[in-house]
Amino acid sequence: MWLVEARTVFSRARVRALLAVLLAVPVFLAVAVYLAGGPRAGEGPTFLDRASHNGVFTALAGLVVTMPFFIPLSISVVAGDAVAGEANLGTLRYLLIRPAGRARLLAAKGVVTALFCLAAAVDVVLAGLVAGVILFPHGPVVTLSGTTVPFLDGVGRALLASLVVGVSMFGLAAIGLFVSTLTDVPIAAMAVTIGLVIMSAILDGVSQVAFLHPWLFTNYWTAFTDLARDPMRWHLIWKDFLLQLGYVVVFGAGAWARMLTRDVLA
Amino acid sequence: MAPDLAIETHGLAKLFAGRPAVDGVDLAVPAGSTYGFLGPNGSGKTTTIRMLLGLLTPSAGTWSILGRTMPEAAMSTLPHVGALVEGPAFYPWMSGRDNLERFDAMGPGRSPATRPARIADALARVGLTAAAGKKYKAYSLGMRQRLGLASALLVPRRLLVLDEPTNGMDPQGTREIRHLVRELAADGATVFLSSHLLSEIQQVCSHVGVMHRGRLLAQQTLPELLSSTGPRLRAEVDDPGRAAQVMAGLGMTDVSVSGTQVAGSLGEVLPEECCRRLVGAGVAVRMLVPEHASLEDAFVALTGEGFDVAG
Ligand SMILES: Nc1ncnc2c1ncn2[C@@H]1O[C@H](COP(=O)(O)OP(=O)(O)O)[C@@H](O)[C@H]1O
Ligand SMILES: [Mg+2]
Repeated sequence: MWLVEARTVFSRARVRALLAVLLAVPVFLAVAVYLAGGPRAGEGPTFLDRASHNGVFTALAGLVVTMPFFIPLSISVVAGDAVAGEANLGTLRYLLIRPAGRARLLAAKGVVTALFCLAAAVDVVLAGLVAGVILFPHGPVVTLSGTTVPFLDGVGRALLASLVVGVSMFGLAAIGLFVSTLTDVPIAAMAVTIGLVIMSAILDGVSQVAFLHPWLFTNYWTAFTDLARDPMRWHLIWKDFLLQLGYVVVFGAGAWARMLTRDVLA
Repeated sequence: MAPDLAIETHGLAKLFAGRPAVDGVDLAVPAGSTYGFLGPNGSGKTTTIRMLLGLLTPSAGTWSILGRTMPEAAMSTLPHVGALVEGPAFYPWMSGRDNLERFDAMGPGRSPATRPARIADALARVGLTAAAGKKYKAYSLGMRQRLGLASALLVPRRLLVLDEPTNGMDPQGTREIRHLVRELAADGATVFLSSHLLSEIQQVCSHVGVMHRGRLLAQQTLPELLSSTGPRLRAEVDDPGRAAQVMAGLGMTDVSVSGTQVAGSLGEVLPEECCRRLVGAGVAVRMLVPEHASLEDAFVALTGEGFDVAG
């Protein structure tokens, strides 16, 4: 069933447009850096100063740029629409009469939203790699630790980073899915979800609530940069995964409880 | 639980914000019947149907579908139930055929191998073959309704629950639906047909349940319901007010005036006796017609009021 759901979601014009925007960002970034001759070391976001050194860093810079807003936004759109969109169209009642099964339908929605998280991040990295390789050198990669690794090793790390980023979005996806079960208005679900991302990011920047930081789902979003060290540092990434799992369990259970008891009136 | 009932409910009720939308409904829909679920807009038909299909949790009451207790048996009974609830709903950006394909695949128990043939068959049955490749958003209201029916007919069903299936259809479409309902019934399926259109129900149904303000006022075979109201007399006169007084004075019931016409239930009164009295009272009679009760008369007799939208 989730295969059918995946086909429906990924063939939607809206979802394709989101992926196209995510694809365009690292390409624009690479072209801008290429035309400007590259910012000096230490300027701009992490990795941007290195974007012109190697195609691998172009891809990583693409992730850094899309991570705070573009990727969460597109995930909020897809997750927020998951159940509320069906309710809004009225197709939810027909899926339940089919009968798809309430829990199974939610599971299919969850799997496909998770797939979209991975697709969004992989999309950015692939576009960055292609643009970077065309515009910039693609020899051995100098890591953040100063060592040098072969180019293919670097490519592997960039792809790994995209998967890590995808997984670190699972918490947000679960939140979006839960919000989506609460309403029949998909735009509202999307807006609330993106609002929570912004709130979490703001709280993450306020030192007075430092005690909250380890619990915020945005807190470890940049942990993937540790993959550009030599050796790769996994400590924060594992912490992040554990935190995301927590969010998935809590909000997944919320979505499940709501889905099973919801009166379908739309 | 009687095995020969396709739908059975006991005290089914639903409150919305404290107000009862459905209020203690006891349905008994015989297997194999074509059951007309009749009631004006807002009388609780759709809400009842949503509860039957497990979309809404009732505030009170129990129910079973095809002899199995719901909602526990939903996953095993619903595959035998085709339904149209509160109008069709599909993805506007997909074609009619793609919509049916997704719908068919989003759940257990439907063979992918037979899918294309079953979809083509269902589309043909509702006359949508030519428009199957068009996007749903380009469909007219009647075409959407047809696609909804097609989705209910993707597999053979034992029970069809059709909520106002002719909404938005032209007269030709309405006739086709009537034909389709008869065909389904002839194949042995139970058809539970909700409608606010008296004529629709009168033409195809063997049984009728009358809903009014959330309550089921009567539940009988159609002939029983019509004969319970008895014969009526309709007259066209120059002074309808005076004529109504005379008729009521004779002991006729449900006397109503509309324009220059007066009508009422005869009861034991003979038409010729009524005619003599009208003339005797100085009323000029242009026309006098004894009639069989219509479904509308039966409805008025049951509710004591016209067939209007409930508040
Ligand atoms: N979602 C809802 N919230 C509140 N009241 C509702 C809702 N849906 C229906 N109602 C009320 O329930 C009553 C019955 O509605 P409905 O079952 O749709 O009637 P019908 O299908 O016979 O036209 C109406 O008074 C309607 O206003
Ligand atoms: Mg209705």
